[in-house]
Amino acid sequence: MPLQQKIFAISISIILFIVIIDLVRRKRLREEFSWLWLLTGGVIILLAAWYDVLLFLTNLVGAVLPTSTLFLFGLLFLMIISLYYSTKISTLHEQMKDIAQQVAILQAELHVSPQEDEKLPSISGRG
Amino acid sequence: MNYCGKEDFDTIIVIPAFNEEANIASLIDNIRTSAPEVDILVVDDGSADRTSRIAAKAGAVVVRLPFNLGYGAALQTGFKYALMKRYRYVIQMDADGQHDPDSIGLLLKEIGKGDIDVVIGSRFLSSVVQYKIPLLRKAGISLFSRIVSFIIHQKITDPTSGFQALNRDAVRFHASPYYPTDYPDADTIIMLHRAGLRIRESPVRMYPSVSGKTMHSGLKPVYYMFKMFLSMFVTLLRKSKFEKRITKEEDVSNAASTKDICNKY
Repeated sequence: MPLQQKIFAISISIILFIVIIDLVRRKRLREEFSWLWLLTGGVIILLAAWYDVLLFLTNLVGAVLPTSTLFLFGLLFLMIISLYYSTKISTLHEQMKDIAQQVAILQAELHVSPQEDEKLPSISGRG
Repeated sequence: MNYCGKEDFDTIIVIPAFNEEANIASLIDNIRTSAPEVDILVVDDGSADRTSRIAAKAGAVVVRLPFNLGYGAALQTGFKYALMKRYRYVIQMDADGQHDPDSIGLLLKEIGKGDIDVVIGSRFLSSVVQYKIPLLRKAGISLFSRIVSFIIHQKITDPTSGFQALNRDAVRFHASPYYPTDYPDADTIIMLHRAGLRIRESPVRMYPSVSGKTMHSGLKPVYYMFKMFLSMFVTLLRKSKFEKRITKEEDVSNAASTKDICNKY
């Protein structure tokens, strides 16, 4: 791997590292989400700095060029992270639904009707 | 007020409604006429029109969701409400005027026998001449009818019917996270069966939707088919003991009258 490429890859991953840590520090990114990104940064540094590992991986997956190995793992990582986010969104969606249902039921219990100022005669006597 | 003071307080009709201001008032009136003893709950699924106001004026209890959650989630809100208020039976019904309020009595009679947990209102069992169902729709219903009947070893003629009566065990299952929030149809019947609940069909009368709009338009039938097959498949992969556990949680037996339960709390 040419030195130029190596410097580029390492500096990219170091910047990524710093940005992630800073985001966690400023509470903009939860710790639980940061690990996947930190892992990626770490893997890029490892692969850039230690060419033999990249060659070994290239042989292992049967790729011809080390570059394709990098692309493969890059894509793989993106797929994993979007799958991970899909599960997170599903969980959030489920929780959001439960909360909305509870809020609606509680609101009905309190006889508070959103968007309506007038008293509703039919429910005002209940509860 | 304490709901338990009321003797005949045991059945609630849950009607999920989304932009149904044109139909909801007459539907509530019709239910009042044909089944005066039941309570009516309208779950307004974040309608943009005056559905909740009209329903409340017509005398229904209204639970208004803060935003549109979809048919299944709106229905589930009603189940959760019914569970919280400890109703003995729940009847689910569509707001679009498709389901005949006169059939409520039939469903209630079936579920009231006590040997069954879910009564599905079937438009195909009724001797009355039914409305004409579009061919593609009919083919879909027939396909799911065959699949469901095969899996649960019991003849189900109308698996897509949203006109059902449920007792507390079934309602508790439907209030659990297993309940699908987009199209709860054929797959829920399989889930109920696997949860050990007893299902029976009863003839009901259905009309074509008054407003003409349907849940199945555009690309939705394609998604519906996909979702239904996936849902049924993963339901079969699930261990049924998980589903059974949900229906076993309650310490008050289903046969106990509402009054007895009230004394417990």
